[in-house]
Amino acid sequence: MTRFSAFSLFAKALGGHQGWPEQWPDAAPRPAYDAIIVGGGGHGLGAAYYLAKKYGITNVAVIEKGWLGGGNTGRNTTIIRSNYLYDESAHLYDHALKLWDGLSQELNYNTMYSKRGVMMLAHNVHDIQSFKRHIHANRLNGVDNEWLSAEEAKAYCPPLNIAPDARYPVLGAALQRRGGTARHDTVAWGYARAAAALGVDIIQNCAVTGIRRGADGAVEGVETTRGFIASKRIGVSAAGHSSVIMKMAGLDFPLESYPLQALVSEPVKPVFPCVVMSNTVHAYMSQSDKGELVIGAGTDQYVSYSQRGALHIVEHTLAAICEIFPIFRRMRMLRSWGGIVDVTPDRSPILGKTPVKGLYVNCGWGTGGFKATPGAGDLLAYTMAKDEPHPINAPFNLDRFRTGRLIDEAAAAAVAH
Amino acid sequence: MSGFRLPQCGRIDRSRPVSFSFDGTVYQGYAGDTLASALLANGVMLLGRSFKYHRPRGVLGAGSEEPNALVSVTRGPGRFTPNLRATGVEIYGGLTASSQNRWPSLKTDLGAINDRLGMFLPAGFYNKTFMWPRSFWERLYEPAIRRMAGLGEAPTEIDPDHYGATYAHCDLLIVGAGPAGIDAALEASATSKRVILIDEQDEPGGGALADPALWPWLEESLKDLAAAPNITVLSRTTAFGYYHDNFIGAVERLTDHLPHPAAGLREKLWRIRAGEVILAQGAIERPLVFAGNDVPGVMLASAARTFLHRYGVAVGKRVALMAAHDSGWLDIFALARAGVAVAGIIDVRESVAAPLLTEAEQLGLTIHLGHSVIDVHGRLAVKGVTIARNNGAAAARLACDALLMAGGWTPSVHLWSHSKGSLAWRDELGAYVPDRANEQTRCVGACSGKWNFGSGLVLDALPTPRDPARIKAFVDFQNDVTARDIRLAVREGFKSIEHIKRYTTTGMATDQGKTSNLNGLQIASTALGLPVVDIGLTTFRPPYTPQTFGALAGHAKDALFQPTRKTTIDGWAEENGAVFELVAQWRRARYFPKAGEDMHAAVNRECRAVRASVGIFDASTLGKIEVVGPDAAEFLNRMYTNPWKALEPGRCRYGLLLKEDGFITDDGVSARLAPDRFHLTTTTGGAARVLNMMEDYLQTEWPDLNVWLTSTTEQWAVIALQGPLARKLLEPLVSGIDLSEQAFPHMAIREGTICGVPTRLFRVSFTGELGFEINVPAAYGRALWERLMADGAAYDITPYGTETMHVLRAEKGFIIVGQDTDGTVTPYDAGLDWAVGKKKPDFVGKRSLARPDIAAAGRKQLVGLLTDDPADVLEEGAQIVADPAQAIPMTMLGHVTSSYWSETLGRSIAFALVAGGQGRLGETLHIPMPDKVVTAKVSGMVFYDPAGARLNV
Amino acid sequence: MLLIHCPYCDEQRAELEFAYAGEAHIARPDDPAAMSDEDWQYYLFVRANPRGRHHERWRHTHGCGRFFNAVRDTLSDKFEVTYKAGEPRR
Repeated sequence: MTRFSAFSLFAKALGGHQGWPEQWPDAAPRPAYDAIIVGGGGHGLGAAYYLAKKYGITNVAVIEKGWLGGGNTGRNTTIIRSNYLYDESAHLYDHALKLWDGLSQELNYNTMYSKRGVMMLAHNVHDIQSFKRHIHANRLNGVDNEWLSAEEAKAYCPPLNIAPDARYPVLGAALQRRGGTARHDTVAWGYARAAAALGVDIIQNCAVTGIRRGADGAVEGVETTRGFIASKRIGVSAAGHSSVIMKMAGLDFPLESYPLQALVSEPVKPVFPCVVMSNTVHAYMSQSDKGELVIGAGTDQYVSYSQRGALHIVEHTLAAICEIFPIFRRMRMLRSWGGIVDVTPDRSPILGKTPVKGLYVNCGWGTGGFKATPGAGDLLAYTMAKDEPHPINAPFNLDRFRTGRLIDEAAAAAVAH
Repeated sequence: MSGFRLPQCGRIDRSRPVSFSFDGTVYQGYAGDTLASALLANGVMLLGRSFKYHRPRGVLGAGSEEPNALVSVTRGPGRFTPNLRATGVEIYGGLTASSQNRWPSLKTDLGAINDRLGMFLPAGFYNKTFMWPRSFWERLYEPAIRRMAGLGEAPTEIDPDHYGATYAHCDLLIVGAGPAGIDAALEASATSKRVILIDEQDEPGGGALADPALWPWLEESLKDLAAAPNITVLSRTTAFGYYHDNFIGAVERLTDHLPHPAAGLREKLWRIRAGEVILAQGAIERPLVFAGNDVPGVMLASAARTFLHRYGVAVGKRVALMAAHDSGWLDIFALARAGVAVAGIIDVRESVAAPLLTEAEQLGLTIHLGHSVIDVHGRLAVKGVTIARNNGAAAARLACDALLMAGGWTPSVHLWSHSKGSLAWRDELGAYVPDRANEQTRCVGACSGKWNFGSGLVLDALPTPRDPARIKAFVDFQNDVTARDIRLAVREGFKSIEHIKRYTTTGMATDQGKTSNLNGLQIASTALGLPVVDIGLTTFRPPYTPQTFGALAGHAKDALFQPTRKTTIDGWAEENGAVFELVAQWRRARYFPKAGEDMHAAVNRECRAVRASVGIFDASTLGKIEVVGPDAAEFLNRMYTNPWKALEPGRCRYGLLLKEDGFITDDGVSARLAPDRFHLTTTTGGAARVLNMMEDYLQTEWPDLNVWLTSTTEQWAVIALQGPLARKLLEPLVSGIDLSEQAFPHMAIREGTICGVPTRLFRVSFTGELGFEINVPAAYGRALWERLMADGAAYDITPYGTETMHVLRAEKGFIIVGQDTDGTVTPYDAGLDWAVGKKKPDFVGKRSLARPDIAAAGRKQLVGLLTDDPADVLEEGAQIVADPAQAIPMTMLGHVTSSYWSETLGRSIAFALVAGGQGRLGETLHIPMPDKVVTAKVSGMVFYDPAGARLNV
Repeated sequence: MLLIHCPYCDEQRAELEFAYAGEAHIARPDDPAAMSDEDWQYYLFVRANPRGRHHERWRHTHGCGRFFNAVRDTLSDKFEVTYKAGEPRR
């Protein structure tokens, strides 16, 4: 692996940049691996990297049906935060947040993690109660999250409209300063390059068509469009397509896949210094390094794999944005797109073992998977290496839907009474 | 420089000169000019700076494909718009435009240092550096990168303009009013179809506007269309997205071209549902890729013809053509015929069709076949070009002030692709054309790959004897992506076109790759040694051109963003100084401060009044459902946790509703009016959800039950009269109901009249006092309220709001679903065991209560909490621990759900969800706050009148 | 925005009038108490979520208010058929 640095950039520039090698080789599948990861998004590539780096399993293949990072990794609004309410969630997302810090150096690939702060707006008394609950729980869990008055929120994010007569006035905000954004593609590429350097095969344009199980029920490998590939350890990290892959192993999952849209504006000079989220008004926004306002829209109401969302969702999203940030009404939407999010009944992920021996799963991240990328990768790798979950992801097991031990952050935010 | 405006030709109105300014300099153009044409007419070639290298840029195209000439337009307070294409800005008197992304000025831009350092800033350079030392990223590198980013400035003031939206339905929607679209419309005009013809330009005609030979036809056709009653033509309207089932989004621009924006809408969103769609979006000319192809004055050949024929502007005084396609020859012939000097025709092809050569000879033009431009001279404007034989020999220099590029054509398949129609690659066009449709749609004209302006050679970049790694030959002009960037991406292993796009950012600028995508594909194809079809194609994404947030948000702003629901008594509350709070879509009076009172003082006063005399409260927002039918009791019995069948008519019961997962979702007091009729109430926020849930079970699980559900939330105004004097106040006003304790006990309902108005009178209490909830038809709500206030004056009647309601109910241990429960709480967790019908074999959610972790010990349970210091009012949401001295992360036992100062008790009270709480009564727990640790004892939840003596009076 | 045919109104109307209501043909068990936790979990939570033909429920909320069933392709989002609640699976 050619080390990336200002020096190497300078040196290669003198050679007209002819000397850069491939960041990762495009591998052809070999007959067998010690472990296979299905899904070449950030989570799957992260799992492969940590398998090789931390757990010494380097004979690993990542199998991607299209191109790396082409699913939700490359389609999300890149919000990173960990100020979740429940201990289980806070520990899970904060594990990821700690890995984000320093990831560029670890991977020798600038993921552009920007601690811009994530500010969540409170618009009614109920929001205030809910946010205070989060803030106090976060404080005792060692996760930063602080209460801002409306004026402090405005000072932190000047485009914010805090007029008291607004339809949904801003009554205050919860701010996680360590929260922020990262450049989504580079996370996938950085993991791919670092994993490949440790011996991982990155196999693109290879769709899994079946999971082969032996007489004892344990996995033996995957059938793919490029032939059978043997492995006793298969980790599935296929986001919106998780149901489809699990069905290949004979497993029905508590998952549904919905279209989720996002959009960006034309790039403008820096004007928006942080990430702002409003669950009540349904608006999520930040400004990218390139200057685009990056805006998360809502999900369509129905199950779909079409990656095609409806216009009225975008209309509602922009109405919400203009309500909170009326100075942006003359800004223009440049590009909108759709992704597929896999949602569990409690909207928390499933990360762990499955009833099939040798089959591991990382799915159900819904609309919030990007922020967990390094953590999910690390914990999937741990679970696959040890054949048992790490204490952090143990609660995120499949069995919770049987026993009722749900981890329902959205329910905890409850609804207005 | 001046004199670029040609006499006579063009469609501009020379009788209407127009003054406008660009970067502070005042120029003159004519009505009908765009900012681009007017500036070119004034000899202004330099219009902008590129994104990354800050290279000087002029006009590349003449329409919505323009990547370079982006400007900001300001027209008074709040009306600043960045990133507008000068080729689409119609000028008007007083137009004020400025260039972007430059400092201190367009001509001298310090950012252009990036151009000098360009060799160190290849595609993806930021992935490879800015990592050391680590702390510099946040403090130095990232802020620096961000400062460089962006094109124009963002608006800083609130937009005073209005936007609107409309729905339209038609049998046929035609997108694009060029010759093909107009032909399709003419054909449809003879039918009975309702037709909408949409075009993005200020006048219909498309390519015909740049071809005077077609003008008589155009004029005639537009007359015919105007006369056809079934045809609607929308100009200045961009169909930007093609959604499911022939649903097309379009934005009409109504005022941006006017000198004074009228009072009406600035833009209008059209949501069009069409039976059939004909796409006639035309094709976009492709630039050629060679060193210096971005110098101001290098432009698309077709654009030069448009400037000539539409605007009467010569794009140069001595113009050269670099062609790989026949169409460019036709364009330069037009210029030559208009009297523009031609420096020469350079064509990369070794031979071209004979008629072109003949015509060129007749016009006396010099021809260089088998040649390519290998360099462009000039920095702020073209001064000349160097050309060379394709084998590299014999370089020559031509003096010129404009260079036209004719690289072939790309069909505009954007909307077709939004509709998920498939594409087929056509080698001879070097382009994708529409293949199989996914909706009721077809493409006609140039966007289907059919045109009549000859053929050309498809190539990735022009041949050059120079080292391709050392030249800047632009592919994506706005984002400064060069051919060598794309080759670098391929070299580094980015082989899918999506990866190449994301790594280099080609095609991701505000023009979304309209001029760059196909060149990028060809270069990647060569670099990879793979046919173009094997590399893939990036997805076309809405919108076709950028669309204003305001237009997409439409009228949904301020009060219209989402309607605020108000009760019929809301007006009284407003007039009487209520402070409101938002609850779901409603606003409710929170408290009624008197002069000088803060919330605390007002609430204390309101609480005292209810306990001492009588309080009045607007409870109209409570959800109400009328449940009618012979099986009504059976239905409720299956829905709610508690039994309903034995409830006597005339009696009320508290109902608890679970979701099938066993968690509390709603509650409310409901009354049985008759054996087959119930009056249900729900929480304020839960009304619609509960009705939907009940309809779901009724229609799909138990269709055999004969029950009807009707939402009556808005039909009843509900006034709660609470306090020991409530009956005294009420009695004289009511007829037909005996209000005595014996005849009308707590938890009963009676029907009668009040002040002559029919009422359903509930004897219920959410305060612990003697109480009534008076339901009257909503229209009488305020009149009754005012009458009660008037008559109640004798009893010190006091209006109270939701805050007092919360305090009073907490004193009595009543929970609020959604505050004390949160979607993870079962009836047992909430201490509502008594509301669960143990003998009922089933109800919604019952089975889930038996799941292992729901039945397990140690769950969080609702309990009372009394602080050791009675003056300490806990913060709602505060977390509770057993050992405040433990290290972080602490083991948390639960949290405070409700907490108030109780004026009645002279101390604070609170509810909390605490792990194993019901087994901890009397235990001391700790609430660690940032500044101190509060200690409190676990208690029961009923703090006031536990025997209920005040209720049953 | 989808166009949806309500089998009760026999009208094709815009999606805005309808509310999606999840997978179809998941009947509430007759005797939940007799079910194992495992089976109850299936009823509550496990969904087919197919890539392709999907049986689902819609409610014509801003119309007749009726729940009905539909078969829709989740890859193209195109409806194959809609039919009344209680009719056999198509």
